[in-house]
Amino acid sequence: MGVDIGAASLGSARAEILQRIRAATGGVSNAEVARAGWARLPREYRRTATRGREAVLELLEDRLRDYDANVVRVGRDGVSAIVAKLLSERGKTRMLVPAGIAKQWLPVGVEFVEDEGLSPEDLDRFDGVMTGSTMAIAETGTVILQNVPGQGRRAVTLVPDYQLCVVREEDVVETVSEAMARLQETAELPTTFFSGPSATADIEMTRIKGVHGPRFLDVVLMRSGFERETL
Amino acid sequence: MSGSALDPKTAPVFPMAARAAMKDGQLRRNVRHATDMIQAKRARVVAEMPDWQELREAGKQIRQHTMENLDFYLEEFEANCTRAGGVVHWARDAAEAQQIIVGLVKASRSDEVIKIKSMTTEEIQLNSALEAAGIHPYETDLAELIIQLGHDQPSHIVVPALHKNRQQIREIFRREMNLPKLGERPEDLADAARIFLREKFLRVKTGVSGANFLIAETGGVCIVESEGNGRMCLTLPETLITVAGIDKVVPRFADLEVLFQLLPRSATGERMNPYNSIWTGVNASDGPRAFHVVLMDNARTEILADAEGRQTLNCIRCGACQNACPVYRQTGGHAYGSVYAGPIGAILTPQLQEMHHAQSLPYASSLCGACYEVCPVKINIPEVLIHLRNKVVKQNGPLNIEALAMKTMGMIFLSEQRFRAAQRMGRMAEAPLVRRDEKGAGWIGWLPGMLGGWTKARDLQEMPQETFRDWWEKRGTHGS
Repeated sequence: MGVDIGAASLGSARAEILQRIRAATGGVSNAEVARAGWARLPREYRRTATRGREAVLELLEDRLRDYDANVVRVGRDGVSAIVAKLLSERGKTRMLVPAGIAKQWLPVGVEFVEDEGLSPEDLDRFDGVMTGSTMAIAETGTVILQNVPGQGRRAVTLVPDYQLCVVREEDVVETVSEAMARLQETAELPTTFFSGPSATADIEMTRIKGVHGPRFLDVVLMRSGFERETL
Repeated sequence: MSGSALDPKTAPVFPMAARAAMKDGQLRRNVRHATDMIQAKRARVVAEMPDWQELREAGKQIRQHTMENLDFYLEEFEANCTRAGGVVHWARDAAEAQQIIVGLVKASRSDEVIKIKSMTTEEIQLNSALEAAGIHPYETDLAELIIQLGHDQPSHIVVPALHKNRQQIREIFRREMNLPKLGERPEDLADAARIFLREKFLRVKTGVSGANFLIAETGGVCIVESEGNGRMCLTLPETLITVAGIDKVVPRFADLEVLFQLLPRSATGERMNPYNSIWTGVNASDGPRAFHVVLMDNARTEILADAEGRQTLNCIRCGACQNACPVYRQTGGHAYGSVYAGPIGAILTPQLQEMHHAQSLPYASSLCGACYEVCPVKINIPEVLIHLRNKVVKQNGPLNIEALAMKTMGMIFLSEQRFRAAQRMGRMAEAPLVRRDEKGAGWIGWLPGMLGGWTKARDLQEMPQETFRDWWEKRGTHGS
């Protein structure tokens, strides 16, 4: 690499900082000491759900709406019909999708283009993007995306101005703690939490929708059962 | 406010700067309005949490534990980030961090960068260093864009343009973006920023960010933001350079469950901010192909070495103490002469200056404790303020006026005779200065010389005609 910084200088900065830390804390820490200390940290806060399932799902709906997202609930066989309706209401005809999206969710009559490493400029030319999701947190109205089939790389859900996201009911947890525990296994994947559409409060502390991320958001909350079983 | 950077080395002392700020009625109205809004929102979402105090305690303990094992966790972060394809650099001070970042931007063959709001880059005045090297930095956070285009300085760690209202922001955008017809609704202003920046997001190949959290266990980095400008800068460029203070490390991924609950509710009064991003090193199919992390000390190890000051490093930069502070709410942030204003700035800034500058800041507080009460990681700011005042007094040597006055007070309090004599003398000396209000209470609005420091900002009540001691003695002789 063409960086004009000598390795010796970098090495000595590292050694010096670590040495200063050890002088300040009174010795060298190690894995055993750190692990044991961490295990003793008090965690008296809620780490599990306290509500019933239906209450959790209603909470998620409520919290998402509070952030100006549109939420609809359907059975697993009702996704493509509701997607067709949502897209037609919004006038979206050309949608981006990540590889691995469930084909049965995609209605006919709308153009769905699969992302194959499109350039940022190309991503900017779609009416919107449709994806699945990894999980949702009811208490905070948060949906979590990871770089896996059906959710895609981060740019795909960022550049288009509209996102339609399918959340499976079984992937909804009540608290942040439950979500982080479930994510532990895949902690190293690129991960995005979104809570409502892009927003800012930088002007007079008033939350206004829409700056750089998708300004419009539909969430389809999908039951594990079929439409007529639950209607 | 001028465009010259907030530099504690050259800033005027706080009382002088505060007096100037107090004359700006518009500034005070803007700061009051914004901090009122944010405090009300915070109070509402904090009250929703039945386990808020347990979360605060866990947050405090996690941060404290991290500082006690900082060398281990930094090395663990370095090893895991490197394994995942990141390159870790170490910088002893601001100059070294600037030098590394400028070098990395040049190596990326770019003469411009897109930036996520980062107080760490403000602390090291990175933008001037980049410009001096012929590199143009584009601030992409809405507030930072307002500051950059307005040739202004940040006044709050979460909402840096909190001192500007919508009309003032419209004027800046009209002028700098050449949009004569721009409206003044916040939506119009956000739209203007969206259009102005989108082309830069799609074009510029190098991004610079700070970090909210560095995860030792995985080598991952986490950014918490609102607008999506952060996601743009983290995702679209080919090269990403993240600069973080060594205090930003957290032990494990699971610790985010505490911080993700404490930070958004404290910072912007939201249950969760719109976007959190977590990434680990380089992912071949997702995001930048080159990723650098600059771990910067810049006097943080000095703070670590001070047992009483150390808790300052626990700060997660939520700004709740600023919004709650009766001093900050009157003066706004610029009076502190540092990018870190308000209560946290009053303890962080002088310590980052190794107590050589900003010695007036530990006094910029009434010690009311509002900051401690709202701090999500329970930093006892009043305690640290007093500790730093003590340091300032010691630093000034045994012959400075405050030390002498305190010594004299100590002498007086040690002897009953001297104490009584001092009370008698005080009552005589104050007599010509006392004014009576409509209820007959006596107030002193002006004191001579050094004592005037007190009465410049508040009135002093006259000494009582009968002290508790006098009363007690009378009671003893005449019975009750």
